[in-house]
Formats: sequence, structure tokens, C-alpha cells
Amino acid sequence: MSVVEATPIVRKTALNAVHRQMGAKMVDFNGWDMPVEYPASIGCGIVAEHLAVRTGVGIFDVSHMGDIRLAGPEALAAVQHISMNDASRLAIGQAQYSALLYPQGTFVDDVIVHRLGEDEYLLVINAGTREKDFNWVRDNTRQFNCAVENLSDDFTQIAIQGPKAVDLMEKLNAGVDVPFRDPNVRAPFQKLAIRADFRSVKFYWVTHGIMLCMTGNVRRYDQNVLVARTGYTAEDGFEIYVPADEWISAFVWDGLLAAGKEFGVVPCGLGARNTLRLEGKLPLYGHEISDTINVWEAGLDRFCKMEKPDFIGREALEKAKTEGVKKTLVGLEMIDRGIARDGYKILDEAGREIGYVTSGSPAPFLKKNIALAYVPPSQAAVGTTVRVEIRGQSVKAQVVPTPFYRRPKKT
Amino acid sequence: MPYPTDRKYTKEHEWITPDGTIGITNHAQDSLGDIVFVELPKVGTEIAAGKPFGTVESVKAVSDLYAPVSGTVTAANEVLATAPEQVNKDAHRAWMVKIKVKDPAEMNALLSAADYEKFVSEEAEH
Repeated sequence: MSVVEATPIVRKTALNAVHRQMGAKMVDFNGWDMPVEYPASIGCGIVAEHLAVRTGVGIFDVSHMGDIRLAGPEALAAVQHISMNDASRLAIGQAQYSALLYPQGTFVDDVIVHRLGEDEYLLVINAGTREKDFNWVRDNTRQFNCAVENLSDDFTQIAIQGPKAVDLMEKLNAGVDVPFRDPNVRAPFQKLAIRADFRSVKFYWVTHGIMLCMTGNVRRYDQNVLVARTGYTAEDGFEIYVPADEWISAFVWDGLLAAGKEFGVVPCGLGARNTLRLEGKLPLYGHEISDTINVWEAGLDRFCKMEKPDFIGREALEKAKTEGVKKTLVGLEMIDRGIARDGYKILDEAGREIGYVTSGSPAPFLKKNIALAYVPPSQAAVGTTVRVEIRGQSVKAQVVPTPFYRRPKKT
Repeated sequence: MPYPTDRKYTKEHEWITPDGTIGITNHAQDSLGDIVFVELPKVGTEIAAGKPFGTVESVKAVSDLYAPVSGTVTAANEVLATAPEQVNKDAHRAWMVKIKVKDPAEMNALLSAADYEKFVSEEAEH
């Protein structure tokens, strides 16, 4: 008798070999082998990557994110039924932050809903919830005349983030020479261009671009690519969706680094992605939002449109609204020395346990130790002093206004 | 980066000199990433071989510091309270604590520079 051992499948994006070749520190993130940070020898590390995005530009492989396409005559009705924001307000080419909810008003996942065409929508979902989300969307939209497709494995998704992201993309619009790399890893083209009017794409809008890969003046490969002005860093930026072919993906990655060279572009890993989103108070599934936290508790009221036609979770949310919340998400800044980490307990001044930290970290740009935490509404007012239990010690922190960081308005 | 031969090493990635100065290795600082916080015991604290005596935190993670041998803390590196990044810059110079070693024979159980280097490269293969 032979025993076949089930080995856990580690998933890799099309850029995995590139990350390894660049010397990235890799971690298992929800079953994905992903870069957490790139080496100090190329000017990286979480802090350097974080600062590059706040002051210049950084690029991230976010191909582990999933994508679900809904298309057909009743696509809008289907999207409206399964999401909490009002997708009927979207013009073609516009996107919105939204969430899929359980009937209890808690989160299946948070999503970005893009309206790509008259009856065509693309939901961008989290890596760790891909299968769950797809099954949920498919099972809950059967009554609508629309096709639901899982396109998660079709795209390499790269985020270009920072105040200079638009400059990098304009450079790419003109075309850049891409330095040679090992052809085992990458297509041996010489020049990359992505043609799109990047500067005129508004925040949370999406456009189509044309990607041209050239050797000399010969066009070797053309492809339509989706370009969205979205991100998860609280900065300006773009997310581009290119075919998930390893050779092409690696070429695009190198092209972005080449186009951004004069703007000090650095590759960024999941470490900086997390600290950037935390400074901007952008929720992370499994932390600020989950299947046990509802919309009101998470403070995402403005993305939940109770006035729109019925949607899954609405009834429970109406009831929850009249009952009031028992916990609410607040931003904390450490007053005493110490760093609050995910899962640490929040205590009141008398030492009683009143809540917990959902995400906590040093904030590299703000140079403070910050955290998001659930506490009772009575302890949620800005200025309230609480305690974080750090390795058995009670360390003082204060409720502060959020987001911790807001990007400066364009002048 | 070569590991200095004037000291001994632990499998938990600390180093200790014969006079009882303790720090973390270059390998440790590299795997931790940007170090932002170092918590050290007060002078006079007794530390026990193999037991945690402090913590070092990077942006991403918290790690315990383990005592290579037993002893009494005679000094803690105050500089690291305000400049923890010194550990990233030069881990083999940025010491954490100095101790009065209780039993110098405990040092014999620790790794030489060559053994530590071998240990690290073997660990990397897993």
C-alpha cells in the first residue's frame, strides 16, 4: 500500500521568479509565496519602500488579488444584490469601494467594483478569500441573467503607487528601453510602451491601454490592458492588469522599474503595503473586517447605501442600527514606549479588558507607533486614554483622529 | 559578511564576547528587517542561559533575545533606545547588554564563528 501525502499547495504569481532573483524576502501570505520586502542592498526594506511610496513611487505585485467578472443583461441587478454600495451610480469606467455581506450584515469580503461596460462589472477581491468570494457571488446571483466568471488567474496585477506614479506612467506612455535580464525569466524584448492617457484618468476610474512590446522598431507583442487609478496605500496611483504570462509579466515589471528610475522607483513588498494601508486606515480582511464584524462597527457607513434596493445583509444592518454597536473601530497612537501588535488586548485605566488591536505597527512615515482597535463606543472619543497590554505590561495609548495619514491635496 | 572570530554564537542568533558583551548577529538583523525597538533589562538583572532577557522589534515582527549564558547585567546599551537602526547598520558592533558571566565554562557549549556560519547556511536550505 502506498500513501500519497497531501502537500499544501503554495501558490505563486507570474512574478515569483523575478522577486526571488531580486533577493526579496518571501513569506507565505494566505497560501501565496509573496515578497514581504526587498533587500537593503537595492535600497529597499519596509521603511525605505514605505517612504518611497509616500514621497516618490513604488511598485507592488498584487497578482494574488482575485477578479470576478459579471456580465449580462442583469449584471447590475446581480451586483446590487450582493454588494453594499450603490453600483447604479457608476458610469462606465468608474469604480467604487464596496463589500460583499453575509445576511448577518458581516463581511464576506471588501471589494472594488469596476464598471467596465454597459452590462459588465469586475469585482476585485482579496487573495485569502478568492474561492469563498467566487462561490458566494456565483451562488447568490443564480437568479439573475448574467454570467459570473472567475478571472483571478488571468491577470498579473501590478500596483504603481505614490505621488510620482503618474510621472512614471507617462514615461511608459512614451516608451522605455528595458534593460536585459535572463531570458529564462523574461521575454527578451527591448522596449515597452503602455499607451493610455494616464493623467486624465480620475481617482477610482478605469481605462483601457495598449501595451506594446518591441525589439528595435518591430512590434513583437500587443495587448489591451486595464488601467485603474486605484490602490491600497492612501496615495495616488494606478493598478494595471496585464496577461498572467510569466515572460510578459516579468517584462512589464522590468519596464516599470526602468520607467520609474529617474523618480527613484523601488519594488515594494507586502510589509510596506501593510504599513501604508494602516496609516491610511484602509481595512484588511481578517483584521478590521471579518465574518464577525458588521458594517457599522467597522465604520464603513459611507460605503453602505441603505436607500438602494434590497441587498444581502441589509435587513440585519437595519436592526443593528437601531440596537446600536457594542464595539467600534478607533485609531490609537502609543503615548508610552511600545508597539501594539495585532491581537493585543486593550484595557481601560482600571485594567479591565475592553477591546483588542486589529492591526498595529510602527508607522514609518508618521514616525509614530499606531494601531487600529475595537473598543466600546464609550471609550472611542478622540483623546480617550486607554492601555495596550504588551507582553504583560500595560502601555498607555490615546484615541486619535483617523485616517492617521491623508495625502496632501494637489496644488 | 564574515562573522568575527573573537566571540561565540548561539543558534538563536546572539553573539557574546569573552568579557560578556552580548548582541545579535548580522544574520538576525537581516532576517528581522528594519529594527525599530529594542527592550533591554535593567542593570543588576539576573539573566539565565537560554532564557529570554529582552525583545527586539522590527516593523513587522517581535523577537525575543535569549541569553547565551547566565550572568548579571552590568550595562545596557542606551543608544539603542533612540537609535535602534544601529543594529541594522552594524549588528556585530551594536551590542545590547554587558553581563558579568556566572560560569565561564558555559561559553564552551556555544558555537564558533565557523560553526555558526555553517548553521545559518544549513538553516537557509530548509
